[in-house]
Amino acid sequence: MTEKQVVRPQKPWQSSPRERFNSGLVLLAGLLTSYVIVAITPMKGKLAYFSLFFLAFTIYDFTFHYFTRGMALAKDAIARAFVALGITLAVAPIISILATVFIRGYKGIHLSLFTKDMKLNSVSDPVNQGGLLHALTGTGILVLVALIISVPLGILTAIYMTEIKGRFVRPIKFLVQAMSGVPSIVAGLFILSAIVYPITKSYSGFVGALALSILMIPTIARTSEEVLLLIPNDLREAGVALGGTQWRTVAMVVVPAAKSGLVTAMILGIARIAGETAPVLLLTGGGDSVNGNPFSGPMGSLPFYIWKAYAVGTAESVTRAWAGILILLVIVLMLFISARVLSERRTSK
Amino acid sequence: MSQTVISPASVGGPTKREITTQPRVSDRVFAGIVTSGALSSLVILGLIFFFLTFQGFSVLRTQGFRFITGSNWQVVQDAAGNFDPKATQFGIGAMLIGTVLSALIAIVVAVPISILSALFLNFFAPPFLKKIMVAVVDLMAAFPSILFGLWGFFILMPSAEYWAKLLHHFLGFIPLFQVDPPIYTRSPFIAGLVLAIMVIPIVTSVAREVFSQTPPDRIQAAYALGATRWSMIRAVVLPYGRSGVIGGAMLGLGRAMGETVAVYTVLNVVYQVNWHVLLGAGGNVASMILLKFGEAGPEEIKALMAAGLILFVLTLAVNSLADLIVRRSGGKGR
Repeated sequence: MTEKQVVRPQKPWQSSPRERFNSGLVLLAGLLTSYVIVAITPMKGKLAYFSLFFLAFTIYDFTFHYFTRGMALAKDAIARAFVALGITLAVAPIISILATVFIRGYKGIHLSLFTKDMKLNSVSDPVNQGGLLHALTGTGILVLVALIISVPLGILTAIYMTEIKGRFVRPIKFLVQAMSGVPSIVAGLFILSAIVYPITKSYSGFVGALALSILMIPTIARTSEEVLLLIPNDLREAGVALGGTQWRTVAMVVVPAAKSGLVTAMILGIARIAGETAPVLLLTGGGDSVNGNPFSGPMGSLPFYIWKAYAVGTAESVTRAWAGILILLVIVLMLFISARVLSERRTSK
Repeated sequence: MSQTVISPASVGGPTKREITTQPRVSDRVFAGIVTSGALSSLVILGLIFFFLTFQGFSVLRTQGFRFITGSNWQVVQDAAGNFDPKATQFGIGAMLIGTVLSALIAIVVAVPISILSALFLNFFAPPFLKKIMVAVVDLMAAFPSILFGLWGFFILMPSAEYWAKLLHHFLGFIPLFQVDPPIYTRSPFIAGLVLAIMVIPIVTSVAREVFSQTPPDRIQAAYALGATRWSMIRAVVLPYGRSGVIGGAMLGLGRAMGETVAVYTVLNVVYQVNWHVLLGAGGNVASMILLKFGEAGPEEIKALMAAGLILFVLTLAVNSLADLIVRRSGGKGR
């Protein structure tokens, strides 16, 4: 048997083991320096470690590159250090937030959270009493009503911009962008001034959902527009060439082809409003018992529950607030991941 | 021999279709429905403006320009307990300054971090890391604001207080960083930091988008001329993406100015003009509305509507400007 000669692919752009060893050495030197400086000077704490390590590492890396490769690469090394600092500072809060919510919220989680409401309990009661069934059903109803209102409007807007392409494409794009910047409290005030004071004169889940759909429409419209733009023109032309009218082409070819993307748009819309607090505080009244009717009576919701528990400020209520946030975060995470998975599948096809 | 033309219709076949460029009825109905649906954004924005003006008009008229410049919020009742429009003062000047101040702090902190992160994601990160980090940053944009508020209050506040003391200790000679009396909790600085964390994902994704549109031929040309990664970025990417990044920063500014709940939890809303960013007293129009709404009488509600109108116009202006700048981005570069 002859020995087969295996040709191993060469990657000349990759750093050699020697280079990797050297950069490891620089890293180690930076760590050591920061440790020594913290030990012998009055500077203490995580902030000192972090900033000293960054400074020392940058200086060492700079000098190392300056003497081995020259000024241009030394500058490049500084840029690399700063860029790494930037992404660290951007990502550090999210890790802290996730860790905090899971550690603090975990204590308040128990099974009856999902089977009981707060009808008979106050938020300062021991944590294992009562639950947030009313908040979960309330948020579900709010989201559902908001979806019913904003999905048609959002998708029609997107279809207008990609299929009809009429005179108003640019202004509408502009307006949708402007609408996505409307502060949530302004949406709440608007529904108060336009519907609650003149017409209904009472708080209910429905008016809350109206305010939420103002925030939801732009998200759905923009995401759907992006999705519809990805549909190849061949499909539209094929539809028309087969004798379909534009209406039939859009309804039977374009929209079905973009189905998973449109679902993604809806999911992102839900994620946008599920935790929206200000309009819910202004409009829904926030009841403590399960209320299945969006048109009458106060309606509880997760953000309202969290807010109320936080505002009371006792140890039990704050634990409840964190538990509520944990559940809200898990919902948002699940929505986000499913949107990702859906859009991944779409792009890989 | 005469030839008889047998039309399909005469023997019961399909009639000859009239060929026209006129759209069918179904298409016209379809276009009408879609267009009216698309105009909903115009209608909603118009209605917001109309109703807030409608409710707040009486307050705006009696208060006049004082509503924006004044810093008093006093509801005065006459002897009989009736509302006295003459003596009552509604002014949101202090809150407007506070809004701008905390939003500016947020932008000053967030924009450098966002630009660096966007550069990292586009030009430095290995592919697997890029994928994870992009997902993480996008996820952060989807977090509800109440989460940032609680996290800011319980976790960030103790650290930020310490940072504020350091700033005061080393930079206290600058008037901006003076603190008197020494109250460091719930200051505009901390509110600005929380807002910065909320704004970073927005600015980062805009910057990433803009940077990724840099023409690849210019990038390759820079490399071919012997540029390092950093000199390529400085010569090609940054000049190309400058206006887009400015637009992204303004989008973040608009978002930071309208934020309610997160600011409310970490900021001590006090009715005074405060330029000292480290001092624990500040304001924000949105959180002021939330604060006053609970115990507001009917006239005060009208004033709050007027405040909402101002906030709406302000954020709309900032957002529109940002949108225009982003849309026109893609500058020349070298």
